[in-house]
Amino acid sequence: MADNKFAAYICSGCGIGDVLDIKALEKVATKEGKMAIVKSHPFLCNEEGVQLIRNDIANEAVTHVCIAACSRRAKAEAFSFPEVALSRANLREGVLWVVAEGSEHDEVRQEMAEDYVRMACAEVKKMKLPAGNVKETSSRKILVVGGGISGMTAALAAADTGYEVVLVEKTSQLGGFARQMLKRVPFNAPYAEAQPTGVEDLAAKIGAHARIKVYLNSTLAETSGAPGRFAIKIAQESGAMIEEMVGAIVQATGFTPYDITKLTALGGGQANVIDQAGLEALAHAANGGPIKRADGKEVKSVVFVQCAGQRGSGGNGGEGHLEYCSGHCCATSIKQAMYFKDQNPDIDTIVMYQDLRVPGMGEDFYRSAQKKGVVFTKCKVNGVSGGEVCTLNVKDLILGEEATVEADLVVLATGQVPNSGVNLDEWTAVVTLAEGGDTEAQAKREEMRATQSVLKLSYRQGPDMPQFKYGFADSHFICFPYETRRTGIYAAGPVRRPMDMFQAQEDATGAALKAIQAVENAAYGRAAHPRAWDLSFPTARLEGCTQCKRCTVECPFGAIDEDEKRFPKFNEERCRRCGTCMGACPVRVISFENYSVDTVGSQIKAVNVPDEFEEKPRILILACENDAYPALDMAGLQRQTYSAFVRAIPVRCLGSVNTIWITDALNSGYDGVMLMGCKKGDDYQCHFVKGSEMAYYRMSKIDDTLKQLGLEPERVNTQEVAITDSARVARLINDYVAQINEMGLSPMKGFG
Amino acid sequence: MSTANEQSRYRGNFLKEVEANVEEGHWVRMCMQCGVCAGSCPLGPHWEHSPQKIFMMIRAGKREEVLRSDSMWMCTSCYNCIVRCPRKLPITHIMHGLANYAHRLGLAPEKQPTREIAKLFWDNLVKTGRVNELKFSLAMYFRNGFGEGIKAALEMQGVGMGLMKAKRLNPMEILGGHSCKDKGGIQRMVAKAREIEDRKKGFGQ
Repeated sequence: MADNKFAAYICSGCGIGDVLDIKALEKVATKEGKMAIVKSHPFLCNEEGVQLIRNDIANEAVTHVCIAACSRRAKAEAFSFPEVALSRANLREGVLWVVAEGSEHDEVRQEMAEDYVRMACAEVKKMKLPAGNVKETSSRKILVVGGGISGMTAALAAADTGYEVVLVEKTSQLGGFARQMLKRVPFNAPYAEAQPTGVEDLAAKIGAHARIKVYLNSTLAETSGAPGRFAIKIAQESGAMIEEMVGAIVQATGFTPYDITKLTALGGGQANVIDQAGLEALAHAANGGPIKRADGKEVKSVVFVQCAGQRGSGGNGGEGHLEYCSGHCCATSIKQAMYFKDQNPDIDTIVMYQDLRVPGMGEDFYRSAQKKGVVFTKCKVNGVSGGEVCTLNVKDLILGEEATVEADLVVLATGQVPNSGVNLDEWTAVVTLAEGGDTEAQAKREEMRATQSVLKLSYRQGPDMPQFKYGFADSHFICFPYETRRTGIYAAGPVRRPMDMFQAQEDATGAALKAIQAVENAAYGRAAHPRAWDLSFPTARLEGCTQCKRCTVECPFGAIDEDEKRFPKFNEERCRRCGTCMGACPVRVISFENYSVDTVGSQIKAVNVPDEFEEKPRILILACENDAYPALDMAGLQRQTYSAFVRAIPVRCLGSVNTIWITDALNSGYDGVMLMGCKKGDDYQCHFVKGSEMAYYRMSKIDDTLKQLGLEPERVNTQEVAITDSARVARLINDYVAQINEMGLSPMKGFG
Repeated sequence: MSTANEQSRYRGNFLKEVEANVEEGHWVRMCMQCGVCAGSCPLGPHWEHSPQKIFMMIRAGKREEVLRSDSMWMCTSCYNCIVRCPRKLPITHIMHGLANYAHRLGLAPEKQPTREIAKLFWDNLVKTGRVNELKFSLAMYFRNGFGEGIKAALEMQGVGMGLMKAKRLNPMEILGGHSCKDKGGIQRMVAKAREIEDRKKGFGQ
């Protein structure tokens, strides 16, 4: 530690030198920042400027570098010095571009710049160069759970890229649901005819592939560990137990068709009322001849009822069934109607839809069916009765009239229910009871684990992935497709969201690539998405730990288990480096090498807070580095001006904000604290899923602390800021500064 | 017991009939019920059934209602629907085809003005191979009886006088009028065309 040498470099380019007193900044860095080397340069990010820094690192043994220039988000490639700890003072986007022009603002502008230099110097002193956590052995093997279309595609994609794959399939053959299908909806031009499923070809390729090992009649008995070192136990039907070590997991466990017998209003369970899977079976049995019903009668007329038990009140079959659209069923019914029409054009095939949804190139397929004479009619189906002659009571939504329609066979287009395993909310409730000694709950816990769980994770947070809406194992389908909330485990196919075969294959390829990314990152000792370059990882000073378990509960990714002594046990490879544990810890024992309670806390303390007579408020902004901080930078880029009284510190996620920062700031005379994070809730945009939600929750509890300090609750202001909010963010700041001015400066000044 | 109506609902029997007998009728199955035609028709509010509904009724097997509808007779051939139809259905032509088919079956509404005027126009035209405008106008005026005819003629008196002054109307045309060179040839041609059409569509002579 004695070898640490700190250096600060101040750039006067981009006009910084024109409006700021660089000499004064140098003095701040030397005197207050206590930097051993302080240099300025008119163009720091050019070759010469970068060389200046490199020379000092090489010749002067500089270990910690503080660069006062542009935002940390700019010129990251030029200012990349992996061998030293690095902090950045944001003079360009953070000061120059956002403080109003004119000499009357010179004083506050200079104060702001000096504070940012103080903060960057203070931060770098508390930083350590992250070493990464490269393990001696890190498995690059990929486990695929489920041998259906999604699973087989993922396995082949990974294996063809050069990775060893272990494929576990519950049944005795590969193919999954697709094997039940006669044909599939077309996936290439001209999108007019159903195509072979290709299941046999895929299965044959898997069987012949040197890098794929297949376990049929097998399920997972246990999954423990973390990316790069998942220890898997595979239970075979024979009773044998096989152990494998894998680096990442693709869960492609598919779906189960919604139970048709629950659709009593639509004749579910009655004779000659079947679901789409049932029709595939009849079509298989017909073997190219006329399709016959279960009673052997040739079908002369068939009605397809779309949205059966789907889309809530927008579909057919009443409430209490699936709330969502499964996306594939319209195209599937079109395909199945063609089974009849292709065999005998005189068979009446009627598709009753409310909104025909055929994504992708499905419109061409729809047209092809119309050409073949399939009749499409926009109807709400009020009731179906099965039997020798099936009767449907419908309301024609175009003609606005009730009608009765008869048919030999009725096919209900039911939805997809994901096979995503144990619902963790239910699990947690059962576990809480079980740990309290409830024997019934204990039995239930074992039963859930044995019969419902797919992955059988030995994680403290439960045996399967957390579910998003409607039980699907998704996280955020727009921002982070394929990501789940369990690092290194990726969902693909209908277990992630309802989809057809084409989408499932695309999904599987994406998930395979994500798994490859995960094993590679794990081997380098780096974080997975979204901080994929990050070598830092959280460590806890266990002697200070009170075993409150907040970190284990609040970690959005289930990265923290408990050891035998009930202390938190970090699985670094599972960690996404958001710092939510650090924000949660009431005794502040969790930290990263380059990001800790101290690195931020020392920045807060480094700011020069003027006394109350100067009438210059100081407002701390803790801004999420994913959305809010870029928005602040962009505000600068667009020359949106905001108050020079704010001091912004980027945080990894609002979830990493420890309340001590807030109380410290207010204690040392700051007049207000703004927290800027991503949107929370069901349609969250938090890059770490739960971080901003946790921050809101914690801030809701801070009011008492503020009251104890004799402060108004408005002194802490929490805002949702999206990356596009560049204009709004400037407005938010100015409004808040006006609010603080109205409220009066903090009475805490001078005590800190 | 199920009625014949229930058995044939949405079964496409009438659709097949339309496809076989109505000009451009094979397009009806391609309608996707988006309703753009209904929204585009300048006479939309005055029809009983929009083209969208007519197509749905055909597919629902409502033969009588379609053929007795006056909707297709209301089409002014503005072609807005054809231009806008995302499925490229020749809607205007189908409307004309349906009107013609309903007329041939004798199901079209009797006093529908478009139908009446079309009939007058046709009879006027095939007689001589040329349209006799004077006779056509008079036939229109007097189609609802003598009194109505006199009233309509008096109302149009000014227009008639103006046309005569401008030599656009020859009062002598009332006496037979002029015809084309080969009147008999035109009539034979029309008769043959009808014979072919009747044979194709199965109409009795």
